[in-house]
Formats: sequence, structure tokens, C-alpha cells
Amino acid sequence: MNWSVAFSNESVIKFTARYLPRHVVGEIMTKRWIDNAVPFLALLLVVAICGSLVPDFYAASSITDLGRQVAEFGLVVLALSIVMISGGIDLSVASVFSLSVLLSLIGVNVYDWPVPLALASVLAMGAACGAVNGYLIGFLRLRAFLTTLVTLIIFRSLYDILFLRMSTAIMAGFSDSELFFFIGEGLVFGLPVSLLIAGTIAIAWHIVLSRMRPGWRLTAVGGARRSAHNAGIKVRWTVFLAYVWSGILCSLAGFLFAARLGSTGADTGVGLEVSALTAAVLGGTSIGGGRGSVAKAIMGALLILILTNSLVNLGVNGPITSTILGAVLLIAVFIDMRWLRHRTRILAKLYVSPAYLVLPPLPDTAAPDSPYALNDRLRSVEIIGLGEIEGPEDVILDRNDNLYCGTRHGDIVRFFGPDHKKSEIFAHIGGHPLGMAFDREGNLLVCIGGMGLYQVSPDKVVTKLTDETNRSLFSIVDDSRLRLADDLDIAPDGRIYFSEATIRYEQEEWATDALESRPSGRIIVYDPRTGSTRTEVPSLVFANGICMSNDGRSLFFAESWTCTISRYWFDGPEKGKIEPLLTNLPGYPDNINRASDGNYWAALLGMRTPALDLALRMPGFRRRMARRVAPDQWIYPNVNTGCVVKFNEKGEILESLWDFGGENHPMITSMREHKGYLYLGGVSNNRIGRYKIPGADPTWVAEESYWGPRK
Amino acid sequence: MRLTQEGVVFLLAAALFALFAATLQNFLTPGNMVALVRSVAILGILGLGMGLVVIGRGIDLAMVATMVVSVSWVLSLAQASFPLPVALLFGFLFALAVGLASGLLVAYATIPAIFATLATGLMVYGMGRAWLFEVDVQNTPAQSTFFTSLSEITVLGIPMMIVAFGLLSAIIWALLRWTQFGRLIYAIGDNPVAARTSGIAIRPLIVAQYVIASAVSFLAGLVMAAANSGMSTRVYNSTMIYDVLLVVVLGGIGLSGGRGSMRNVLVGTLLVGVLLNGMTIYDIPYTEQNLIKSIILLAAITIDSLVNPRDEQTAQQDLGDI
Repeated sequence: MNWSVAFSNESVIKFTARYLPRHVVGEIMTKRWIDNAVPFLALLLVVAICGSLVPDFYAASSITDLGRQVAEFGLVVLALSIVMISGGIDLSVASVFSLSVLLSLIGVNVYDWPVPLALASVLAMGAACGAVNGYLIGFLRLRAFLTTLVTLIIFRSLYDILFLRMSTAIMAGFSDSELFFFIGEGLVFGLPVSLLIAGTIAIAWHIVLSRMRPGWRLTAVGGARRSAHNAGIKVRWTVFLAYVWSGILCSLAGFLFAARLGSTGADTGVGLEVSALTAAVLGGTSIGGGRGSVAKAIMGALLILILTNSLVNLGVNGPITSTILGAVLLIAVFIDMRWLRHRTRILAKLYVSPAYLVLPPLPDTAAPDSPYALNDRLRSVEIIGLGEIEGPEDVILDRNDNLYCGTRHGDIVRFFGPDHKKSEIFAHIGGHPLGMAFDREGNLLVCIGGMGLYQVSPDKVVTKLTDETNRSLFSIVDDSRLRLADDLDIAPDGRIYFSEATIRYEQEEWATDALESRPSGRIIVYDPRTGSTRTEVPSLVFANGICMSNDGRSLFFAESWTCTISRYWFDGPEKGKIEPLLTNLPGYPDNINRASDGNYWAALLGMRTPALDLALRMPGFRRRMARRVAPDQWIYPNVNTGCVVKFNEKGEILESLWDFGGENHPMITSMREHKGYLYLGGVSNNRIGRYKIPGADPTWVAEESYWGPRK
Repeated sequence: MRLTQEGVVFLLAAALFALFAATLQNFLTPGNMVALVRSVAILGILGLGMGLVVIGRGIDLAMVATMVVSVSWVLSLAQASFPLPVALLFGFLFALAVGLASGLLVAYATIPAIFATLATGLMVYGMGRAWLFEVDVQNTPAQSTFFTSLSEITVLGIPMMIVAFGLLSAIIWALLRWTQFGRLIYAIGDNPVAARTSGIAIRPLIVAQYVIASAVSFLAGLVMAAANSGMSTRVYNSTMIYDVLLVVVLGGIGLSGGRGSMRNVLVGTLLVGVLLNGMTIYDIPYTEQNLIKSIILLAAITIDSLVNPRDEQTAQQDLGDI
């Protein structure tokens, strides 16, 4: 048997393309939490190795002891991580820690302060130390590394001076405070008190960093200081507060340490800054700022503690331990740098995952009796707004003959009727407006690529209607956000049905989605009565174009890459039924709109080619193409020729209008009939076309066909 | 004229000098002047090596570890009755190997210099303590005159270690100022990407910086061993590497690279030297000296930051806010 033939067999390709979820790998790689995979695996490995080598590793006493150390060390690592996320570094953590240990013991052992007072004064001292750093680095703009290096030495000298004077008093004094003892040695539900305290703080910080504005601002400042400033974030305050919090967390760690040991030595906290830094980097916190989390800090702290404790337990002497720590630091930074550098490149190679798709043989466009017979009827059309607009994906006219279109600059431009010579910017939204429709009240509803569904009232007030839908259970990419809403239409009861082309790509990457031809688009419905958004029809191949049928209970939608237009019943006895209407168009359908004679117009944004049709049956070929060939060399849909077809509800093509060769209107993405004329839009064109339809009703206005005559 | 950081520090040093000269009787004697330079010569020598690396936009936190371990190994070999020249050669080669390792990690594995050298420092110290010698403190061999002569010989009344400091700073100054290698170091420090694009083989040059810094550490270690008649490995655990860095930065060599020269190191060393000497004569305890020194350092970099504010556009760097 010839295996190569057997495996290149089309049924095998079909089977693997359908059941092997290759796209999942790429989607997992886009997740932010994938950063944690390497440290997490390293942690598991270290636990497994140390657990098998160290006697009593899993014993309750050693776990409890480890828990207490994790609480103290973890707080210090968290403190450093917060500063690192803000784009700085805080070497003074070690000295603040030791000063806090000393101050706690002076307060409790020597002066018999009540524990809350001691804790408050220690935290205040930590905040003050942090404020010194924060003021110098945040407001005076000193260099973080250097400044905290100096404050490390300053605080350390303070410790040394105080320690010399107070050490005997601390040794002689004894705390009879049960609370202090409880914090240091107590257990609640079998867990050390200090671990519970640190755990609560860690959870709080996790919520702040991942779910709340202060945390996002912190990350923004670290990720791109200039952009954060431009976005209106108070950069200096944010940096200042990061250092203050660092000081507070370190002082708490020192307090817990003091409560646990009840004594301090000349070398308490020496070198802590190096191990904390190692832990932070090992966990995956980026030294450049903007990347880091509580989970990373905890993993890093655990790794370092387990490693050092196990080495001590195994009787490895200090110098070798430090050698191993050095090696671990090197490997961690090395992997971190490689990962950061190559992540996007690996992702780009893995993400594109073409599907298997068979299109029927191309319909004939050369024969004169074909419904698609070529002609040049769109070539000599009137031109509106040449050079004034860029990218009118959709065009629409109101009852007063004013013409609206979107531009790629994020504006909606209005050309005044009836001659459309003068224009104004009707509204500025910021994203590229795509499909448009007027509702019963005359509001203009617009799908904005990358933003969602918006409403512009006749007095130019822009309102966001929706930008998210329900999250599907098994989708790995977050499909709750609208990435590419592209056309909409409104049911008689006011519900807005709109298509989203793909959940996997942004608008400018539409061609990559064409290469994939994967069912990642959908139809979503927004109900203005309840304000809810639900996904109605999932898994469509580049859903692109929606038009209400005249019966008010169904709609037509286009799926570009499968070259089909289907009908979907959302109401009535046939609710939920989907019926393919046109299954073999010669090009890729885009927007659909009503015609004056009760039929429907559909725009073909580009034409099929035999090469791309064949490639669609060869997912492996397209995958290799995406990986090895520069994107400008890929096989694309032929967007150099535009076409508009008219079809009826039986699925018959009644008429085809071409601009063969695309001299005036390549890539037609939309057309609207209005008072006997057809207005043409194209997402990459710099003009709108106006074509006189022979024999069309010169009074027909689409808005009246939807909402009745003017009140 | 813009007041540079170097200027600020120099004025500060001069002011302190004047203050001490006016208030302390013994300060302005030739003997004290020699003692002053002598006390900071080791810091200064290390600062020369660090300065070279920092100009090339690197940092070598392994210098103190290299110094301690290579010289301790030399001493322990010499005590184990190896001929001293052989021991010295071994120590020197060891130092070069450490520099080579740091350089390879920074230049070829593209690990940020702070982390690469921090880690090599840890590893070198650990390896030294574990395998190269056994006790914390190594004494200079009594039968050899090499170390005693190093500390006792004077040239025109100036002790050898000061001469060595001066000579070394002149050599590195000339290297940076007059050789192609030196100019390329500035080019790399100023803008590594531009240097690379214009055809400079930056990786071997970066490795060379760390090798030179390690060699300088070895020399500093010899001077230290001669001055103290031995080498204590506990030096590694002190804040000495930070002091070295501060001498360099204080003098006005920016950590972002491409700026400054050996003159800046001398100015930085001068300030620290005057300070230490004055405080010693005032009989201020060591810990308080540390505090005062570091507060003055903080004042110096704060004044620099106020006089020469950073450009917000270029303030943030890929490798964090150093």
C-alpha cells in the first residue's frame, strides 16, 4: 500500500481538517495566562524533584513552616513585582524589610507597645520609606535602579546603627503579648495566621491588578509610559503610589517575620533584594514593566523558597546553594527574554489554521446567456465625492435624499441631496463605519469594525448600543467582544440583527480569514427593548451582509468565503430554519439590500479564481503558504473586479451589473437603490458611484419600504 | 555653561575639602593626603573597570566576586606551595574566564547585563567557596615578597597602589580616547542598534568589555591583598559592589551608556575619598559613615536630576528603569 497516497487522500484531509482542532493551539497561545505556563511547569518540576529527594518534604510541620516563609517572602516579592509592573525596580525592599523587623521588635519587646500600635507604626514607617523612593523616582524622575540602590544602603545603615544600640534591649526584653505570638505561631483551620494574612492581601492585589482601574493604570504606566500619559493617567502619582505600596507590603512582611522569630540578627534581610528579584523574574514578571501578576509573584516566591529550603535540608552548603540560585536566575531570565522576543513570531506561525472547503465549479460568466454574463454597465456611472472620502464600505440615503457613508478615518460623511455636491462630517465615531440602516425613528444605526453597534440620532448624537454579546462556553478566544460587526438590518419589531464576520481576526486582517475560510463568523441580535445582545446563529463563514426579507419574519445573509446567500427565519412558524438560497455565486457576497421591485441586490466584493478554489480544498498547502510566504505573496480573492447582482426569493439571479476590470468600481461592498438610482460603495474605494437603473421606480425610498410613508 | 553632574560632584568634593581643611588640623598634611587616596584606591581601580563597562551600556555586578575569588585562589594556591607566578597566572586566567562568561551571557545569550552579572557573581562566589579554597580569610604568603613590596614600594614618595591606580586610569583613558576599540565602545553605549547597523561587530566588543573589567578586578584584588596582607571573602557580602557603582555614577557616567570618561571616575573617587577621610578624622563610626556617605550620594544624584532633567520621550528603556 502506498502510504503517501493514502495520506494525501482527500477524505483523510477532510477528516483531519474537521476533527483535528489545530486552530485551538494558536488560540491558546494568544491567552495572557500562557505566560504563566513555563514558571508553573518549573514549579511542578521543582516540587516533584525536591519532594522525592528531601525527607519529610510533605510533612505537615514542614508545610506549615514553608507557609509562614511564603507569607513573608511572598509579600516582599509582591512588593517588588508591583514596582516592576509600573516600569521601575525597588532594591530597597530588603532594607525596608529589616528595618520593619527591628521596629516591630523595638515596639513590642522593648517598649511594650500594644500590637496594633506596633503594626501601625511599622506600616507607617514602610509607607514613609516607600514615599521617599516614590517621590524621588515618581516626581523628581530619578533613575529607579540607582535611587533604590542608594536608599537600600541608607535604610541598611539606619538598621545597622539602630541594631547596634538596641540589640541587647531586644534580647533582654520579652513580649508577653498573646496576639503577637498568635500572629507568629498561630494556626487557623490548620493554616498559619501569617499565610492567611498574606493570602488575603494577595487576593486583594490580584483583583486590583486584573479587574480594577488602579491596577490597569499601573500596568499601562509600566507598559508604555508615554501612551499612559497621553491617555490622561497621572503617571507620576501612579509611580509614586507603587513605591509606597511596595514599602507597606515589605514592612508587613517584616512585622510577620518579627512575630515568628522574635529576634533579629546583624544579617537579617541581607541579600533579600537579590532573591526577591530572582523570584519575581522567575515567576515571569517582566523587568521592562507592564507585565506581571500576583500569580507570577507567588509562583516565583514558591520556587525560590522550595529550592533554597530543600538545598539546606539536603545539607548542600551555602556557597553551592548560591551557585545554584545564580544558575536558576540566569536560566529564568534567558527563557523570559527568548519568550518575549519570539512570542509574536511563534504566534503568527501557529495562529493561521486553514479549513477544508469545497466550492462547486465556477459558474460561467463568459457565455452571453449566463445570468452572470459580463458587461460594463457600472463603468460609466456618475461619481460622487471623488477623493473626498476613503473607504465607504456602505452607503445609505435618507428620506430627504441625503447620502451617508463611512470613511476609514472614523467619520460618517453626509452628502446633501439632491445633487450630493456638498458634504459635511455628520458624526465622528473613531472606528471604520461599515453596514448602516435607519430605524423607525430615523436614527442611523452603524456597525463599526472593532467597536460594535452604534446609533447616530438625526441631531448627530452618537450612542453605543452594544459592543459585546454572550460568551460561548467552549470558545477559547474571547468571543464576547465584537471584533468585526459588518452589516445590520432591523426587524419590524425593532430588533437589530447584525453579522460579525469573524471572531478570530481584526478588520484589517480580513484577507487572512479568507485564507482560513473557517466558520468563525456569526449573526447576533440586539434587542433595544431589553438592551440585551445574544448570538443567534453561530459558526458562519465570514458572515457579511444582512437584509430583512419583505415578509418581516426572515432575513437573508451572505457568507463571503463559501459564496452563498442563505435565508434565516427568526420568527413565525419556521423560526430557526436556515435555507441556502444561492450556493454558487461567482464571487464573494457582501452587503444585501432591498430593490424597488421586491427583489434584492447583493454586492460581490471580489471574484473567485480557480487557483484559490483549488487551494481551499488543500488546507495543508494554505497553512504552509501562511507560514513560509510573505503575506503579500499569498493567493487572495480577486478584488479587482466588482459586481452587483439582483436576486429574488426563489434564489434566481435576475440581473448582473459589472465593472469588468474594475476601472471605476473595483471591490464593490455595498449598493443602495434610491429613487431610480443605485448608489455603489466600496471598502477600498475613494468614491461613491451612482447608476441609473433602467425602468426602476423613480419614487421608491428604502426607508419607506421598511417603515412606511413619512408621518 | 551647563552645570554637569561631574561639575556638581567636583564642587561638592571641593567644598568638603575646603570645609575639612578649615576645620580639621591634620587634614591638609601630605601624609593624610596619601592616606586619603590610599583609602579609596581599590574602590577607584574597580571603578575604572566598571566605568568602561557602563560606558558601553553594560554593568558588571560580578566584579567584587571576581576580585575576591580569583585573588583568594591565588593566595590559597601560594600557601599550598605553588610557585607564586604560577598561582598568579591561574588567578588571572580565572578572572578572564569569568569575564568571558559574563560577556558571552550578555552579548550572545542577550541576557540583561544586570541579571547576567548578578548571577555570575553568585555562581563564582559559590564555586570559589565550595571548591577553590576552604577558609574565609586567606593571608598573603609570608615567604613571598611580592605582596609586601606591592604595599611598601614607593615611587617618588607615592605608594605603589596609588601609582597603580593612576597608571591604570591613564591606560584605560588612553584606550577609550585614542584607540578604535575605545571609540567603538562609545558608539555601542550610545546606541547599540545604530552601532550594529553601521557594521560594528558589537558582540565581541561587549565580551571584551567584561573581560577587561574582570582583569581590572583581579588587579584591584592584588592591591587589596597587598594592603591588608590578605583577602577576606566576606568583602563579597558587603555593599562594596554598590559603592563601586556609585563612584562611577556619581562622577557622571550615565548608566544609559555612551557618556563620560575615566575623569568622571576620578572625580567620583575623589568625593568618596574626601568624605571617608574627613569622617574618619572626625571619628565617626563605620555605620554612621555609611549613612552619611549614602545620603550625600542621594543628594548628588538628586541635584543632577534637577539640573539635567531626563527627556520623557527616552526615559523608559527596554530593560527597565535603570
